[in-house]
Amino acid sequence: MLNPTFKKYILPLAMFLLPASFLRAQTDLDAIMMSKKNLCIGGTYMYSSWDHYWEGTFKRNNLNIGKMSTQMFGLMGTYGISRKLNVIFGAPYVTTHVTAGTLHDQHGIQDLSAWLKWMAVEQNVGKGVLSVYVLGGGSIPLTNYIADYLPLSIGLQSKTLSGRVMVDYQVGKFFATLSGTYTWRSNIKIDRNSYYTTSLHLTNEVEMPDMTSVNFRTGYRSERWIIEAVLANMTTRGGFDIRKNDMPFPSNRMNATMVGPHFKYNFKAVDGLSLEGGGSYTVAGRNVGQSTNFDAGVFYILDFSSKKKKK
Amino acid sequence: MRITIFIPATIAALMVTAACNKSVSDRTANLPPLNPADQDLTAGSWKPMLLSRPDTFAVATPAATNSTGYLADINEIKGYQKSMTDAQLGAIKYWSAGGVLRWNEIMRNLVAKYNLPPYQNSDTSYPIPSSTNPFAYPYFPFANPPYAARAYAYVAAAQYDALVACWYYKNLYKRAAPYKTDSTIKVYVTKTDLPSYPSEAAVLAGVTTEMMKLLFPDEIASVQQKLQEQELAAIMSGAATRSDITAGEALGRQVAQMFVTRARGDNAGKAVGTQADWNNFKTVAEAKDQTPWLSLETPKRPPMLPLFGKVKCFLFDSATLVSLRPGPPPSTGSDSMKSITAEVYSTIKSPTRDQMKLVQFWADGVGTYTPPGHWNAIAAEDFIKKNFSEVRWARNMALLNCAEMDAAISCWDIKYYYFNPRPSQMNGEIKTLTGVPNFPSYVSGHSMFSGAAATILGHIIPERASAYMQMAQDAANSRFVGGIHYRIDCEVGLTVGKNVGNYAVLRATQDGAE
Repeated sequence: MLNPTFKKYILPLAMFLLPASFLRAQTDLDAIMMSKKNLCIGGTYMYSSWDHYWEGTFKRNNLNIGKMSTQMFGLMGTYGISRKLNVIFGAPYVTTHVTAGTLHDQHGIQDLSAWLKWMAVEQNVGKGVLSVYVLGGGSIPLTNYIADYLPLSIGLQSKTLSGRVMVDYQVGKFFATLSGTYTWRSNIKIDRNSYYTTSLHLTNEVEMPDMTSVNFRTGYRSERWIIEAVLANMTTRGGFDIRKNDMPFPSNRMNATMVGPHFKYNFKAVDGLSLEGGGSYTVAGRNVGQSTNFDAGVFYILDFSSKKKKK
Repeated sequence: MRITIFIPATIAALMVTAACNKSVSDRTANLPPLNPADQDLTAGSWKPMLLSRPDTFAVATPAATNSTGYLADINEIKGYQKSMTDAQLGAIKYWSAGGVLRWNEIMRNLVAKYNLPPYQNSDTSYPIPSSTNPFAYPYFPFANPPYAARAYAYVAAAQYDALVACWYYKNLYKRAAPYKTDSTIKVYVTKTDLPSYPSEAAVLAGVTTEMMKLLFPDEIASVQQKLQEQELAAIMSGAATRSDITAGEALGRQVAQMFVTRARGDNAGKAVGTQADWNNFKTVAEAKDQTPWLSLETPKRPPMLPLFGKVKCFLFDSATLVSLRPGPPPSTGSDSMKSITAEVYSTIKSPTRDQMKLVQFWADGVGTYTPPGHWNAIAAEDFIKKNFSEVRWARNMALLNCAEMDAAISCWDIKYYYFNPRPSQMNGEIKTLTGVPNFPSYVSGHSMFSGAAATILGHIIPERASAYMQMAQDAANSRFVGGIHYRIDCEVGLTVGKNVGNYAVLRATQDGAE
């Protein structure tokens, strides 16, 4: 059986030109549950950068952008309503910067995201344990940051609702987790009252295409360690390509495939304290930056249950 | 295996919301048919922009309404009206809101589509779009603000002259509309007393299509399709017969030829300049002991249309153009320059969200319909409420766009006369809230376009005059708070823009329409 005391956290949904934190171990993307009345809180940091991007399918650099970098400082939490039902939430502060050209940096608090995670099935199958999870989540912008200022916007201002099904199979200390997600995105309003996609629109409202994503992770999982390799893909169901030498736009068709390692360590000396870290690289994309990402996080579990957990 | 049937509330909510329709519609998508308060039946006597007389191009006397030819025309309408598709009814509804309006929107769409600076060559030089080979990258044209201002003006002015001629012949021949000669014809537009020969819809289709061949040659096929759609809609709606259409399209195409001839000789084709021209601006500025403007792009891009200031104006002559030139900006080595640069830096250092919003709203940069297009949008949405006749729509759009084109010419004349560096060139710490345009700073183009537009629009719709001037002030200010311009660029630009706009007002008071 899975150890229920593993602590986890969440990061916000993939954002523009930078599917931030897409590969990290996240409670909303892994097969781990918090115990009842346990609250795991933590802080995360992520650094992401690119100097090449895909303008449609055309890969290029831009000497008027130089290197584009994004930093995210996140506050995350997971609470065990029961051993089978967790609620996960988080919000980041984001800064963006380009090293060339004249475009102004941006910074601010981005979106609040939350998930309900339900372990629907947990069953011995063959030599291992099969578990199935159903998740529902959503996100809303916490501030009125500018969305129509890509690539420097800190987010897209869309409200989202997501549904996810995840299957995990563990044999001994080796596991594999596969999940698929559908994300509905609300339309956004921008500061301009007209804009061009593949034709001119005389409105300030932008139709935001929905997204799907797939996440596969596999590796070693024990009470002390998780060491895994992650493969992730996000696909925009619609949207349009950036034209040659045009600026990016929130409703672009942003697709990305990323790979990378990730680890998590639960300290022996301090019960409830854990450290996470990882990296990822964008191997294929469309209308996104070819980002390289690094992340780290520290988490601690607060136990509000009456009886102390067994160690 | 335990499988509980449990669907979290969020999933259910997701499925409900996913079913919602997210499609977005344009502000002008569902307009009623144009219903002019006054048909301006005497517009044949208004003063055209280029035509010397309204009957410069002959339009033959139409067949009598009891002739067999006319009966065949009527039968064609009835034949179409027996069964019309939703798409055809949609086209009728679309065009019935007004031909000048719809062609203006089509123009704005094309400007936004073609307003992209060419991507650099592998040797870091830049290719220059060529009208002789518009179909290969870089596509012709690069519809930047001066190009766009000129394109809007030529189309609007040609439409105006063509409709003046159209109204002249309507009044001369007084052929009643098909729905008046045959009461069994269904009518999908507003019924009026305006004679239908030649058809104003076809005049507009013909004149605009012919202008577009010159201005957006890559779009000949799509524009021709619009022409056919507009003309068929006019017939199907019961507003015009085939013979009204044929005569109208021919008249429109003939009038356009006068404007095409003018455009070919107005110096715009030479506005790109040569390497020697580009070098010369630098030499001249340095001789005056001024820091010359430098492209802030990497690789360095040649300045945008540096000889556009030599283009022939619509509203005034070249001596007037020179007289519009303001005094110089502060010398680049002066304390005054240091202080206005410092003012930009302190304004842009920590921008507020409201500041960003103002900048974005008026940015009208790459991939947009440009500042003149923005003022066309503002004008169009107000003209809709005024219920102008087609010919008055055209006249007002011509006044606006000739002012915008001449503002562009004057602005480019001033910019390259002074060749003044941008704030970000003087201080690399100055970051901007939208892209820095690739041409000199003094004076601000947005401010000139806005000052000129607000002035003529305030004359056309006096009750909105102060609102337009406030918008112009906002547009000008947006360039300063966006870090694109010094304050003086915007203030002086607004003033010179108003001076240009007054030439359009002068014309408006003398063209016989008021």
